[in-house]
Amino acid sequence: MAIFPPAERVWWKEPVERSEVIWVTLALVWALIMFFMMPYWHFAGEQNLSNEAYKITPDAYAEKVEAEVEKYTVREEGDTGIPVVRPPAGGDAYQLGRLWEWYPIIELVKGQSYRFHLSSLDWQHGWSLLPENINIQVHPGYEMVFTVTPNRVGEYAVVCNEFCGIGHHTMVGKIYVVEK
Amino acid sequence: MNGEFRTCPDTGFKIHLPADRLIKWNAVTSVVFLLVGGLFGLGVALTRWPEVHLLPAEWFYLALTAHGLDALLVWIIFFEIALLYFASAVLLNSRLAGPKFAWLGYWLMLIGAAITNVAVLRGDSSVMFTSYVPMKAAPDFYLGIILFAVGALIGCFVFFATLYVAKKERTYEGSVPLVTFGALTAAIIAVFTIGAGAVILVPTLFWSMDYIASIDSVMYKVIWWGMGHSSQQINVAAHISCWYAIAAILFGAKPLSEKVSRTAFFLYILFLQLASAHHLLVEPGLSSEYKIFNTSYALYLAVLGSMIHGLTVPGAVEAAQRKKGFNKGLFEWLAKAPWGNPVFSGFAISVVSFGFLGGISGVMMGTEQLNLITHNTMYVPGHFHATVVTGTTLAFMALAYWLVPTLWQKELVLPGLAKWQPYLFGIGMSLAALFQMGAGTLGAPRRHWDMTFADATLGFDFPAGVYLMMGLNGVAAVIGSLGAAIFILNMVGTLLFGKPKVPAPAAPAPEEPVAAGPVSSYGSAGTMAVPGTFVLAMIFLTAFVLYYFVNWNYLASVWGLS
Repeated sequence: MAIFPPAERVWWKEPVERSEVIWVTLALVWALIMFFMMPYWHFAGEQNLSNEAYKITPDAYAEKVEAEVEKYTVREEGDTGIPVVRPPAGGDAYQLGRLWEWYPIIELVKGQSYRFHLSSLDWQHGWSLLPENINIQVHPGYEMVFTVTPNRVGEYAVVCNEFCGIGHHTMVGKIYVVEK
Repeated sequence: MNGEFRTCPDTGFKIHLPADRLIKWNAVTSVVFLLVGGLFGLGVALTRWPEVHLLPAEWFYLALTAHGLDALLVWIIFFEIALLYFASAVLLNSRLAGPKFAWLGYWLMLIGAAITNVAVLRGDSSVMFTSYVPMKAAPDFYLGIILFAVGALIGCFVFFATLYVAKKERTYEGSVPLVTFGALTAAIIAVFTIGAGAVILVPTLFWSMDYIASIDSVMYKVIWWGMGHSSQQINVAAHISCWYAIAAILFGAKPLSEKVSRTAFFLYILFLQLASAHHLLVEPGLSSEYKIFNTSYALYLAVLGSMIHGLTVPGAVEAAQRKKGFNKGLFEWLAKAPWGNPVFSGFAISVVSFGFLGGISGVMMGTEQLNLITHNTMYVPGHFHATVVTGTTLAFMALAYWLVPTLWQKELVLPGLAKWQPYLFGIGMSLAALFQMGAGTLGAPRRHWDMTFADATLGFDFPAGVYLMMGLNGVAAVIGSLGAAIFILNMVGTLLFGKPKVPAPAAPAPEEPVAAGPVSSYGSAGTMAVPGTFVLAMIFLTAFVLYYFVNWNYLASVWGLS
């Protein structure tokens, strides 16, 4: 019994029951399949997060975002005063997280690819694109760059899903995806 | 110093009285913290129930921090220390090495837990259990956790020393029992875990006191999760040891093969404490190669270990039951199991819920790319409530139903309610986990006070399904809390007011006393075939494969990312 020492002193030489051997083999095969799915998807799949990231100070990143807002703002969102920027297709789009907003609102064209930049100016934030449900962690001091290709037209929300203080639940941003 | 011994009338174990007292005090303290952590958890669940929305925002984030701390860390580690002393001193009929050190460890843990709880309750340290930098808590928040960890480390070394003493004083023959081996696995992982915790929390303490200017937020997470995730691996090793212990106690079951089960534990030591990358899969600054190797515990070899236990634990029960003549069809052994005994029902629900809900969801969301569609959503708490609550906590509860009446010879004060308790708690919390995962699949954020975004400039309308599931999660959590309350009442009541036992009430199988000889012997020659368990295992594997690929399919439909 498992609460007493093994009855057979040389327990490591005992033969193993057949159903155990089969199960261990099956489980090992499944473990290997799951392992190789990840590198396989890097070649065959279209949803892989890039590993491109740079160290940057919050001030330097804020400047990049301001430059983008200056150059590409097309309108303001309702009466909120939040700029909506439309970066050139194939170009760079910058968004930042800070207490407690995602800034600015970005408008993308369906089917086009963008180099999307994300960083935080203060604490960690969670960039959660809804209802798509793509979730990326945003750190201060790190500028993350990944290529994004929206495949559906619509109005998307960016919700913060990393706790960032008492206003955390009010931190919502927006991304528009339009047809041309 | 050598203390006195007593002999347990039911099991025949020679019990060292100082060890007995330490086990009792660690277990009782753990249950008190389960109560505190559980109450905070109930507050969290009732706040996230959209129609109830109980607590104001400040209190919600405070309660969430305290819930994680008390339920995930304090309750579980105190119980595990009790378990380590049980698996060494009691199972090996040995004296506990250095009871004074064990008491020092106990007090450090208790004082540490109190300090951190006070810091959280003061309201200036609502940084969540994970305390990600650069969000800062008060220095005593970190100090309390460090003291607690040092206390737990002392407990681990008392355990190691007791193994040494038992070996040297020849209190047992041959190798240590499998349950002790599993506890040893847990203790080895614990040393690694506490080491990782010290590496990150000590500098963080100095940072919070302004002696250190800054701590890198990515590096913090890499090392913090070396503690945070590994501490969950302590739980896995510990509660699987409980499973083996319960199978042995109730059925006289012995492992199908000592070699296979011990190898599975050994795989944990080698690989299970990797996996801090589970929490860093959508983080900047780490390579895919690192993420894939680490998150998969190197080729999923630790998952392999768990899948082996998934077969051998119920397999041992089946073999024992068939030996007793429950041989009809595939499942007579299961149907004729003592479902009215909370030791068994708690054990059974723990095995099923940990495997099907906790295990499968954990591997799914720990896959590098699939993490994109789960990270920081309600799916994450869904997963770990299945592992830590219905897996670990329920397994500990089940064992406690044996420990208290048998080892301490007390009648349960509420034997009738005890029969229902594992069902209320196990099914309630399994449903809660399931609804949380469902809401997370639709993108609901974790650690979030208001999904309606009433005070926000911009908003988002979650689909009605999310509200429904968060409401059902609230209902399920209330049912689960009721179960937890009955357990706490029963345990504390029994220890304080329980009558000395006549024969065993809620305890082991009447037909076979524990100390009776094993009902099967080793290897294929003497072991019964276990067709029922094998069928159950194949159902598990099928569910696993299907669910895994359903999620790849879901991932393939979202925006292209590269």
